[in-house]
Amino acid sequence: MTRKIPAPRTLPETATYWLAADEGRLLVKRCSSCGQHHHYPRDICPHCLSETTEWRDAAGTGTVYAFSTMGQGDAAYTLALVTLDEGVTMMSNLVNVVGADPATFAIGQRVRVVFQPSDGGHAVPMFTPA
Amino acid sequence: MSLNGSAYIVGAYEHPTRKADTQSVLRLHADVARGALADAGLSRDDIDGYFCAGDAPGLGTATVAEYLGLKLRHLDSTECGGSAPILHVAHAAAAIAAGRCNVALITLAGRPRAAMAEAQAKAKAAAVDGKPVRAPLALRPPDPDAPELAFELPYGPATQNLYAMVAQRHMHEFGTTSEQLAWIKVAASHHAQHNPNAMLREVVTVADVLGSPMVSHPLHRLDCCVMSDGGGALIVARPEIAKQLKRPLVVVRGTGEAPKHGMGGLVDLTYSAAAWSGPRAFAEAGVTPADIQYASLYDSFTITVLMQLEDLGFCKKGEGGRFVADGGLISGVGRLPFNTDGGGLCNNHPANRGGVTKVIEAVRQLRGEAHPAVQVPDCRLALASGIGGALASRHTAATLILERL
Repeated sequence: MTRKIPAPRTLPETATYWLAADEGRLLVKRCSSCGQHHHYPRDICPHCLSETTEWRDAAGTGTVYAFSTMGQGDAAYTLALVTLDEGVTMMSNLVNVVGADPATFAIGQRVRVVFQPSDGGHAVPMFTPA
Repeated sequence: MSLNGSAYIVGAYEHPTRKADTQSVLRLHADVARGALADAGLSRDDIDGYFCAGDAPGLGTATVAEYLGLKLRHLDSTECGGSAPILHVAHAAAAIAAGRCNVALITLAGRPRAAMAEAQAKAKAAAVDGKPVRAPLALRPPDPDAPELAFELPYGPATQNLYAMVAQRHMHEFGTTSEQLAWIKVAASHHAQHNPNAMLREVVTVADVLGSPMVSHPLHRLDCCVMSDGGGALIVARPEIAKQLKRPLVVVRGTGEAPKHGMGGLVDLTYSAAAWSGPRAFAEAGVTPADIQYASLYDSFTITVLMQLEDLGFCKKGEGGRFVADGGLISGVGRLPFNTDGGGLCNNHPANRGGVTKVIEAVRQLRGEAHPAVQVPDCRLALASGIGGALASRHTAATLILERL
C-alpha cells in the first residue's frame, strides 16, 4: 500500500499557493522591499519583516539538497529538501513518476516539480528527476 | 549579567523505571521531585521556583505545583523539546541571580513507552480481519496553527528521516561514514553495560550497528535512541544555600541557548544551533572545549552527537567522524568521555526528551558518583548540551558548563 499523502491543512495566508498547486503551478514568495525569495510562504518577509511580499511563479526546477528514504516495499517514501532555482530550499518528496526506485536519487541531482493528489485536499508539489 | 557562579546544582535524581505501566505522568514528576529533594537534603517547602516543559500535563507549572503542593514565587515553562531542562538550569540561575527565587526545582517525566503499548493493545483489540490499526507514534496531534504544517506534513517528516537528511548531507560534505557514526553507539554501549537501569546493556560493535535494520537511510536502528519512560529532576540553589548542604559543590559556570530553523528557506544542514549556544557558554565560563573533562551530548541519534562535537568546538567542522572513531568517546579510552550513563542511545530517553539525564550524568561525574568503570578521574569541569526539536527543521540548543569546587 503506497503512502496516503495527508491533505495540507491550509491557512488563509497561503490559500493562493494551494489553489495554484491545484492548477499545476508552483508559487514562491518574493519580497519587493529586499528582493529576496522565501519559503514556507508568509505575508511578512522573514528576511526584512516587510509586508510587501508577492507571489511569483517558480521555474519549477531545482536541485536535491538532501533526502532520506524510509519505510519498506510499497510503503517506502523519500523525504527531501530541494533547492529551487529561485534559491530557497523546500521540504518535499522525491518521486519517480514512472515507478519509484529510490536508489536513483542523488544529492545535486536536477529535479522538476510534479503535483501529486493528496488525501481529499489540495494537490501537493513533489519532485522527480528532470 | 553573567551567570557564572550565580547558582549551584544541589540535587539530581533519575527515575529508575524505563516502563511506567502503572504510574501516571504526574506520579513520575512527583517521584523525581522527591528523589532530587532527598539527594539535596532539602524539603518541599524550601522550593520557591519551579521549571517544566511540554512533558508536564495540563497547565504545566500550575498542574505540577498543585499535585506536589508547591508554594512558588517564580515559574518558567519554556518549552523547547528535549533540551528544555538544560536551558531551565540557566533560567533558574538567572532567576536566582535576580532575586526571584532561592531554590528552583526542574522536573521532566513521561511514559511514551507504556502509552504506546496501551495504544497498540487497543489497536489490536479493534483489529479488523486480523490487521491491527497502527498506533500513532506522535504523542500530540499536530497544531493546525503552525504556519509550516501544510508545507511539511504532507511529505511525511518523521524524527528519523529529518535527522537522516542531516547525516546524509554531512556524509556528502565531509566524507563522514556510517562506520564513524556507529562508533558513537559503540561508545554509549560500552558505558551502558555498567548501568543496571539502562535499557540496552549489551556492548555492541560497529558491525552490529551497520547490521541493524535500516530505519531511514543512512540511519540504522542502532543509530537511534531508545524509547523509554521515567524522568529526572534537578534542584538549583543560590550559593549561600548550596554551601550549607552536605553534597559536593557543583556550580554553574557557563550557559547558552539558541534556536535554529528553516531561515526562510536558506537551509544549511551542516551546523546546528549549538554553534551559537556553545560559544556563549564557553565565553561566560571563561574556558575552552579543551578544558572540558566530560561531556553529556544529546544523543537522539548518533548524528546529533557528531554535530554537537563540531559545533561546540571539540573538533573542527567536518572532523567529527574522525574524532569519534576508534573509541574516541569511550571513558578511559578516548579523548572525550561522553554519556557515561549510556545516554539516550542505550540508557534512557524519558518522555522522548533527553535533556534532564544529560545534566544528571554530568553532576554524577563532577561529584565522583558515576559508575567506577566510567568515572573520569578528578572530574572538575563538565559540559551538558541539548538539541530539542529536529535538526533538519527547527530546534533549540542549550549548553551548560558546570564546575565542581
